[in-house]
Amino acid sequence: MTTTFPINPPAPAALLLPEPGPVTLHVNGQSIALTIAPWTTLLDALREHAHLSGTKKGCDHGQCGACTVLMNGTRINSCLSLAVMHQDDEITTIEGLAHGDELHPLQQAFIDHDAFQCGYCTPGQLCSAVGLLSEGHARTAEEIRELMSGNICRCAAYPHIVSAIQEVMHAQPLRP
Amino acid sequence: MKSIKAALIDATLNTVETLVGHLPDPAPDPLRNAREFIGKPYPRVDGRLKVTGQARYATEHPIAGMTHAVVVHSSIAKGKISHLDTQAAESVPGVLAVMTHRNAPRMKTPETASLFNPVAGSNTSVPVMQSADITWNGEAVAVVVAETLELANYAAGLVGIRYEEEPAALSLEAEKGNATIPTLVVTQSPEVNIGDAKAALAVAPVVSDQEYETPWQNQHAMEPHASIAAWMGKDQLLVYDSTQSPPGVQHNLARMFDLKPEQVRVVTEFVGGAFGGKVAAWSNVPLAAAAARLVGRPVKLALSRAGVSMVVGGRTLTQQRVALGATLDGKLTAMIHTGYGMRTTKDVWAEQYTFPIRHLYASPNIHVLQKVVRLDRVQNSYMRAPGETPGSFALESAMDELAHKLGLDPVELRMRNEPDKDPTHGTYFSSRHLREAYALAAGKFGWDPQRPEPGTQREGDWLIGTGVATAFYPVQQLPVTIKARITADGHVEVSTSSIEMGVGLATVQTQHIAERFGVPYERARYLHGDTDLPMSQASGGSAATSSVGAAIHAAADKLTEKLLKLAQRNKQSVLRGVKRKNVELRAGGLYRLDQPAVGESYEQLLGASGQAFVEAEGSVPASALVLNMKTSMASYGAHFCEVRVHARTRQVQVRRFMSAFDCGRIMNPQTARSQIVGGIIMGIGMALMEEAVYDERTGRLMTPSLGEYHVPVHADVPEFEVYFLDEPDPVMPMGTKPVGEVSIVGTAAAVANAVFQATGIRVRHLPITADKLL
Ligand code: FES
Ligand code: FES
Repeated sequence: MTTTFPINPPAPAALLLPEPGPVTLHVNGQSIALTIAPWTTLLDALREHAHLSGTKKGCDHGQCGACTVLMNGTRINSCLSLAVMHQDDEITTIEGLAHGDELHPLQQAFIDHDAFQCGYCTPGQLCSAVGLLSEGHARTAEEIRELMSGNICRCAAYPHIVSAIQEVMHAQPLRP
Repeated sequence: MKSIKAALIDATLNTVETLVGHLPDPAPDPLRNAREFIGKPYPRVDGRLKVTGQARYATEHPIAGMTHAVVVHSSIAKGKISHLDTQAAESVPGVLAVMTHRNAPRMKTPETASLFNPVAGSNTSVPVMQSADITWNGEAVAVVVAETLELANYAAGLVGIRYEEEPAALSLEAEKGNATIPTLVVTQSPEVNIGDAKAALAVAPVVSDQEYETPWQNQHAMEPHASIAAWMGKDQLLVYDSTQSPPGVQHNLARMFDLKPEQVRVVTEFVGGAFGGKVAAWSNVPLAAAAARLVGRPVKLALSRAGVSMVVGGRTLTQQRVALGATLDGKLTAMIHTGYGMRTTKDVWAEQYTFPIRHLYASPNIHVLQKVVRLDRVQNSYMRAPGETPGSFALESAMDELAHKLGLDPVELRMRNEPDKDPTHGTYFSSRHLREAYALAAGKFGWDPQRPEPGTQREGDWLIGTGVATAFYPVQQLPVTIKARITADGHVEVSTSSIEMGVGLATVQTQHIAERFGVPYERARYLHGDTDLPMSQASGGSAATSSVGAAIHAAADKLTEKLLKLAQRNKQSVLRGVKRKNVELRAGGLYRLDQPAVGESYEQLLGASGQAFVEAEGSVPASALVLNMKTSMASYGAHFCEVRVHARTRQVQVRRFMSAFDCGRIMNPQTARSQIVGGIIMGIGMALMEEAVYDERTGRLMTPSLGEYHVPVHADVPEFEVYFLDEPDPVMPMGTKPVGEVSIVGTAAAVANAVFQATGIRVRHLPITADKLL
């Protein structure tokens, strides 16, 4: 039995590939000048070009949240966005949450509540939680769970992540 | 006379006995009740690295000249590549190579890791890209290497492939007629016959006899399988790999590339989850090394999420029959557990779904028989509590069905059939506190032994139900060698090649070292994850804590002797002339047992001898044989859960989950709780959503992303309470028993049983989706 599967069309002779060019990102208060092709995602620009590998790739499809970073304080999936679109934005990654040796309260709470196991989803969970707190929509554990559901943790540290977020949320003055 | 097959099985089992036959030291570990460091909720030693993004996973090691590789997967299940067009991909500027079977470096066929060959380090014995042959849909057929990931991804789409397709075996149901009996199920016989179960079932006053099905499942650790491979010259290979077994990967690569193991170094600082999916190497690892050789530069190969589910084997689908017969007062008279799982042409990994029934309940008549069905799919493999997980779904659902028929409380049914000896081996239990676990969890949960009839409890639009199930996971021991070093400044450092995948091993061993050597926590250090360190096999089987612990214990004994020798040589030493059995490591030194204040610190002992350090190795052999040992050893637990099912949409939510465990001594209640909760949540995923769907005409995976293969997210997670009895096992190191996997066992059944009580509908085919409740 012979089945023929369509062969992909050969690439056109003069292939127009996106050319690498200068892209400047503002990450954690620093300007980073990169030379990257415009089809480079923000996630790959951070991990592979800027060597900020704290931001993780779990799916590359916007389905897991491991790549969550803050764009001007708003949480986004960096795998679903091109780096070249963010030259005017202030990007905060996991590497930028602490002030020197002083951890962000959420980072400390994650340690105290054992809110991770392998740690691979953790940078995304933390950036997402920072975004969640500043959005100010979540009050109850149930609301936290709902609004953190874009961040998968296969180790399933979920209950501890929620209690860590709750602790920090209740230590902060409530937003109107 | 025995059949040839039975004789062969006996012979194999005997070889296993002599190969790794090992009885745990019956002398109780003095540390089993120690409380200075063991048993306290120390935060993870790597916590700070993990919350600041500094923990480095496999592909995060910067190496100059890095290139990026992307895998192209086959689109047929069986046949041959008849035509390959790589030209278009190769002509893309920045593409360095398109590796296919035509130009891939020669690699020997990998060997499947097993108890007989633990360092083989591969999950399959299928040759990797050495011919035009295709053995499953999704197999790697090309690897594109380019200067950037984007170029490699783009060019991968330009590789043109035609196939000559052959008929393939793709449906378990359709192939069942060709099922065979495997030689072994892990280390046990696939068949058990005690009494006459068929005859006893036929005359039993109350019977439950049903078929249960569990689907193929994927581990889907958040970190996709990934490696960096870099050749240093022709014959030195450095690999950063996301693996549970650096030495396994090392030996696998050495074999495939005709090197000595010393020529391959595998480093694994952190693993982003594994759940059995990284126990040994899949084809992506040798492919990274081959691609690096082909292009003469370091290669980074991270599988895509889809690639993970195509290249990495998940948990086999199963079809199981559980038949239980009982007297009117709920005493089991017959237990039958038979069924089918899959195998591939090259390899047989018969998942041990009949293990729970062999050890959980007393019955005079037991029949167990496992069969395997050959399919042309990716090799089935390990996933969190392989065997016990699908097996317990069938068995613990069946117990619930029987309890319902008897009109008996399902907790009481289990208590009436608690064995006092191992039901199939006749051995005594080293420790078994399942009754206490049930009593504790039932009390906390507020369990009502006289629950209302199924389908009668309602809160508004929601139907409410509760369910129970038993958790079980046997003790195993992994082959481990560690090196322990005491330095002249009073620090103790233990090193081994085994890894930390998030279970907390590095943290609990640091506690253990501090306790064992009597040093402050800050002076204890545990180094891991590098084949340059003493060799320890894969982390898995929930056995790392006790196995590494036993090896540290062995090294500590040797170091006690070495330190005493140093003291004997020193005329001033207060320990001169003291006998070995009269000293112990304590309070940062060596002290007399009869006069606890008399002794010397490590600083004094080493200072006086002018030595910078003293070190010793400690080892323990493998033993997956514990179920064959003098004592029957396992962890146990009792799950209680409450679900609600929407009366109209049939959405199922788990509301409360409470469990109590007999997992021996708990080293760290915080990390242990994390593991237990993680396992239960994965079990809830198994119960309600996890299912890999294959097109049985083409063998194509229809659930290649997390958009199709659903795993639990925050919103799926109930309220939890977890209790540990914290009873030390008398024969295990530090009194510990398995913690990692036991909690997923029984979880799906507890949920299914609760769904039955809520709705009156028994779902025997996982996952329990809304359509099955209409
Ligand atoms: S990597 Fe971006 S959402 Fe998964
Ligand atoms: S900690 Fe492992 S995936 Fe979340």
